[in-house]
Amino acid sequence: MIKEKRANEVEKILAKYPSKRSAVMPLLYLAQEEYGYCNDDAIREVAELTALDPTEVKSVVGFYTMFFEEKTGTYVIEVCDDLPCALRGADEFVHHCERKLGVRAGQTTPDGKFTLRTVMCIAACDRAPVAQVNREYRYSLTPESFDKMVDDLK
Amino acid sequence: MADLINLTIDGIPVAVPRGTVIVDAAKKINNDIPVFCYHPKLKPVGMCRMCLVEVGTPQVDRATRQVVIGADGNAVIAWMPKLQTACTTPVSEGMAVRTNTKQVLEARDDVLEFLLTSHPLDCPICDKGGECPLQNLTLAHGPGVSRFDYEAKQHNAKHVPLGDLIFLDRERCIQCSRCVRFQDEVADDHVLQFHERGRHMEIITFSDPPFDSVFGGNTTDICPVGALTTADFRFKARPWELDSTPSVCTHCPVGCNLSLNTRLETRSGGHEIKRVMPRQNEQVNEIWICDKGRYVHHFTRAEDRITRPLVRDARGNLAESTWEAALQLVADRVRGRQVGGVIGDRIANEDAYLFARLFREVLKGGFTAMSPAFPTAYADIARTYGVGKDTDFKELGKGDVILLVNCDLEQSAPVWFLRLRQAVVDRGARLIIAHDRPTKMHRYAARIDQYELGKAAHWATEQAAALADELKSARNVLVVFGDEKLSAEGARSLARSLANVLIESGHTGKANSGLLPLYPHANTQGVFDALERGFTVPEQVGVAWLVGVGDGNAVPKAAFTVVQELFLTDLAKNADVVLPALSFAEREGTFTSGDRRVQRFYRALPPLGQARADWWIIQEVAKRLGAKWDYKDAGQIFGDLAGHNALYAGLTYASLGQVEAQWPPVGRADLYYGGAVYDNSGGIGARYAAGAERAGFMPAVEWVTAPDADIEALQRLPRMLYQDGELIGRSKVLAGHIQFNETEIARAAR
Amino acid sequence: MDKHVLLRDLDIPNIRELDVYQANDGYAAWRKALTAMKPDEVMGVVKDSGLRGRGGAGFPAGLKWSFLPKDMFPKYVVVNGDESEAGTFKDHQLIENNPHQVIEGVALCAYAVQAGAAYIYLRGEFYEPAGPLQKALDEAYAAGMLGQNILGTGYSLNIYIHLGAGAYICGEETALLESLEGKLGMPRLRPPFPAVQGLYAKPTVINNVETLANVPPIVLNGAQWYRQFGTEKSPGTKIFCVSGRVNKPGNFELPLGQYTIRQLIEMAGGVTDGRPVKGILPAGSSAPILPASALDTKLDYESVQAAGSILGSASFVILDDTVDIVWAARKMVRFFRHESCGKCTPCREGTFWALRLYDKIVAGHGASHDIDMLADVANGMANKCFCLLGEFATSPVLSTLKHFRPEYEQFVREHSDGKAGVYEDQLIRDHAISVNGVEPVGVAH
Ligand SMILES: Cc1cc2nc3c(=O)[nH]c(=O)nc-3n(C[C@H](O)[C@H](O)[C@H](O)COP(=O)(O)O)c2cc1C
Ligand code: SF4
Ligand code: FES
Repeated sequence: MIKEKRANEVEKILAKYPSKRSAVMPLLYLAQEEYGYCNDDAIREVAELTALDPTEVKSVVGFYTMFFEEKTGTYVIEVCDDLPCALRGADEFVHHCERKLGVRAGQTTPDGKFTLRTVMCIAACDRAPVAQVNREYRYSLTPESFDKMVDDLK
Repeated sequence: MADLINLTIDGIPVAVPRGTVIVDAAKKINNDIPVFCYHPKLKPVGMCRMCLVEVGTPQVDRATRQVVIGADGNAVIAWMPKLQTACTTPVSEGMAVRTNTKQVLEARDDVLEFLLTSHPLDCPICDKGGECPLQNLTLAHGPGVSRFDYEAKQHNAKHVPLGDLIFLDRERCIQCSRCVRFQDEVADDHVLQFHERGRHMEIITFSDPPFDSVFGGNTTDICPVGALTTADFRFKARPWELDSTPSVCTHCPVGCNLSLNTRLETRSGGHEIKRVMPRQNEQVNEIWICDKGRYVHHFTRAEDRITRPLVRDARGNLAESTWEAALQLVADRVRGRQVGGVIGDRIANEDAYLFARLFREVLKGGFTAMSPAFPTAYADIARTYGVGKDTDFKELGKGDVILLVNCDLEQSAPVWFLRLRQAVVDRGARLIIAHDRPTKMHRYAARIDQYELGKAAHWATEQAAALADELKSARNVLVVFGDEKLSAEGARSLARSLANVLIESGHTGKANSGLLPLYPHANTQGVFDALERGFTVPEQVGVAWLVGVGDGNAVPKAAFTVVQELFLTDLAKNADVVLPALSFAEREGTFTSGDRRVQRFYRALPPLGQARADWWIIQEVAKRLGAKWDYKDAGQIFGDLAGHNALYAGLTYASLGQVEAQWPPVGRADLYYGGAVYDNSGGIGARYAAGAERAGFMPAVEWVTAPDADIEALQRLPRMLYQDGELIGRSKVLAGHIQFNETEIARAAR
Repeated sequence: MDKHVLLRDLDIPNIRELDVYQANDGYAAWRKALTAMKPDEVMGVVKDSGLRGRGGAGFPAGLKWSFLPKDMFPKYVVVNGDESEAGTFKDHQLIENNPHQVIEGVALCAYAVQAGAAYIYLRGEFYEPAGPLQKALDEAYAAGMLGQNILGTGYSLNIYIHLGAGAYICGEETALLESLEGKLGMPRLRPPFPAVQGLYAKPTVINNVETLANVPPIVLNGAQWYRQFGTEKSPGTKIFCVSGRVNKPGNFELPLGQYTIRQLIEMAGGVTDGRPVKGILPAGSSAPILPASALDTKLDYESVQAAGSILGSASFVILDDTVDIVWAARKMVRFFRHESCGKCTPCREGTFWALRLYDKIVAGHGASHDIDMLADVANGMANKCFCLLGEFATSPVLSTLKHFRPEYEQFVREHSDGKAGVYEDQLIRDHAISVNGVEPVGVAH
């Protein structure tokens, strides 16, 4: 699918490296965007593009936390609850997020909109509590600003 | 070896070649440093941390750049502050290693405890129990009781099929990556990998089809725990109940050394092969075998083996008879008639030799031929210009050229694929391939010539001069060729042209150079040698005598047909006398591999029913025709063969059974190090000299014109590994892999 | 320090724009190097400046560059922007707000070692901050600062951004190289060292983002200018990340060796609610915790080491007296358990068992011997791991035990009712963290 739909990007990515294999992670990001998550088809397509065995691509997907092997919500909300953030209230904040969304961390809302995850330090401890929504930072969150954000995204 | 490095290990001096890692150096002086991830046939990774030792090097004075000498007259050793992995640290001059200090022993305990705390400790029901490095090392080094909470262990999936041949027990896996690395580095099938990370890391396959590699079974041998098991052996027996008998694989020209593991079965009332394991022979298969060799053994105890002589009765049915009656009938029928004898190329040298003598000395006439007949077209050329006697594939590397023509090496001779691949990929030999289609070996080719279907011989005739020129500068030239899609003349022309290339480029009659023919079976060369000159049988004869020819190969028509077989093949069903033969597992003898190595195999199973060795049957008929033969065993016959056949002169049955120390040591005592492969007992065999190596040999350049490819020739499909046949068809585990008909084979070969 | 050397965005608002950057000496060093300096001279200035790596190990940058064989091509420069140590967020600010300086530093390094391509490896979570950096790269190409035949000198250089995908271990330089080659981010055996066989087995320099951001001003102003900051052994300025229990967390660029931890905390607005400091983590989770008695330690590599820890990436996480040390140590161990790559036994198993033990204690099932077991597990790992991650993982355990063992004892005494209390929520949640799915493991006891 990305081969046709995002041919330009695929080509640009492959051109960056002397070895096709290096393109596996950037291509997985593209595939994840197109297929929703790294499902079997996504993996097989990336394998074909990089001339790797699907086992090798699956293995890469499994190693890194930012590739999803299961279907996620439209928005993946990743809240840091590592020590520096936790010293600034991240645990209580995550608890608030869980209540707001009605799911526990690690789960997706029944309407398929939001997946809530906790993550390790994401290099923004000065602006804790901090989260990423589909890889975009949301700094210095409060329960109120979180609620507003979720409502806006709904 | 010139470049030896001196070091001491626990004070004991040892000298080893440069580049050796400490684990191997220690092994040389019987100091067994425990390892899990290290395997002498794989690149070191230093993952498991089991092999930690203290390492020091001579202290060098900064100013004078001289080694500092202490009061005791020895070099002062600067010890590294941290323990080092002995499996990744290469030796260096003057190095000192300590493997028995408190610090080292504690580190071993720690690492072992970590491994065990996450291990299910289900040894009593584990297939590896009894030959498990983890079990052994735990007994040697481990703590007696676990200090960890069993309840807190992570529980993982068991009995995970990775394909139809291999199962994974995720709890037992210790993440050493030996299997992954074998598939990556040796087999080059990247069908196993790690998934997730940290304590969640586990082995997966995600390939299409899943774990499907013709070498997959080897991963179960080198797995240091019972995480990987074969569908064939799992839950079948405990290793310590098994007897092991040295043997040789019969399926392809490589002649891999095997160990047949047998056990007395109360169910079937007799012995059975429970599994087939590789037997180490560094000259032949190192410690690997392909899955065909590993799993095809079921035919030896197939329900439909013929166990009694059968003779066609008055009503025209094949009926059970006695040996006496059947042998007498055969003797009566062949006496005075024109007999056409055909012998299959899986049959041992001893049988083929007696068969040929029967015709020459007893019947004093008649005709003999080999089945399949095809290789007779070129086997003489292959023998004359074959690889030199002292050829060692391990030595092929930089400066050498490997030329592959008209063959799919992985399918036709899998273990040669492994070995020649390593010569190219790991040691830098140059690979040139000429073929009509891509094969796996094409991945490593420096140059590829593609010709039209069936035009191999034409290609060779046209290219010979240029190739010869190009190859003059090579150190060694190994030429591997196959006969697919060629007529007999075409195959002869190809072999001849390739021989000419070797002659003209100066690469005949020496080690590591020469032809390597991809014969159909394990003893094609041996049967050819034994028949000497008798290779043609008329289409119509008085009596046809067919020894182990199976179905599907050309045989003469006759009024009376005798068949020696394991199974009631179509030929046997239509024969007049069917004589039950012993399989290779039930008798002894020798085979001559495609590279002319003569090797012994031994009796692992008692005879089935009244079946007898082919040579015995031949001798009994000969006796009834007046011959004064009295061979008691295959050994005696081999002695005669070697006395009469100049090629085999100097070889003795006893010497073929001799063992040379193998390096690296694997098997029984060194299980943890090399895996559950069997060490070599039963002999490493010996190669006889190629014609071109013999005194007085005058190379003559004879050209055979390449014939135009005809339709019939084009139908000579390549021999695919899992092609359907009498033997493979009886192994249920391989059922999903067998290629049944020609379309399938043709498709697979595309 | 009147003006920042690195965090120049604090002095010059729009320095992330090419024209603003150029109006403030931007690419002047690059022009100077290309037109008036030999590669060796560039390397020489950096060597003389005494610049030390800012990624953690503090290895002299110029010296590292000089290890590359001169006659082997191609060569690569790889920039470590994985920034995943808990409490570190300096490279984040640099690439987002002063990207041209990073690019210029990369280019100078590439020129010095004569590399033709550079890859900036950013942690996958920097997808957004990678935007300004990519924009800056595009501008630099358009302005002829990068690409073919730069400024007509015949030297060509391409710089690419490569995003990781969530793995702390990829900050370890050889794991980073593996990851960049499309493999699992597992560290490589050394030797061979990256300087000789790095990316694609070619000679490779790997430096941290901040390290390279120092290079343009050094090349422009000279080694002596740079040495006016910092100490003899730790020259220059360094970005200190301050987070945790302080009022104004953030990045602070200071000359090395001039200020103390106490002063740094004051710059960060002092401790939250004016509480006393209980412990200081000078390099996130990876370095041993320092007790409050170390507050007057000077901020340079040697002094922090003398105090019993490591300056590392200088990510100061401040713990005040309200922080439960067992809880904090568990958080850190949880990090390593999550980030262990799994390659080697002690780290893979040790981090797993250490967290199990913390979970047991925190869940109210702990006993005194579990505290001993924690120490045993950490000691079982120590000095046996394949890479430093596993060694780092022992610090939260061993250093908190060293300084705060009585608190552990008190914790197991007070929490022996089998109830996790306030921690229950976190325990349940943590067992849902997995690499990329939902973890099937239940709460341990
Ligand atoms: C587990 C581990 C994680 C690391 N993470 C980072 C990191 O995120 N960023 C970084 O620049 N260096 C990191 N390092 C240090 C790098 O291995 C390497 O020393 C550094 O990139 C060299 O650059 P420098 O000399 O400029 O500091 C890490 C090291 C280890 C052992
Ligand atoms: S210490 Fe071992 S398991 Fe841990 S990250 Fe390093 S190599 Fe991986
Ligand atoms: S680390 Fe040396 S054998 Fe595993």
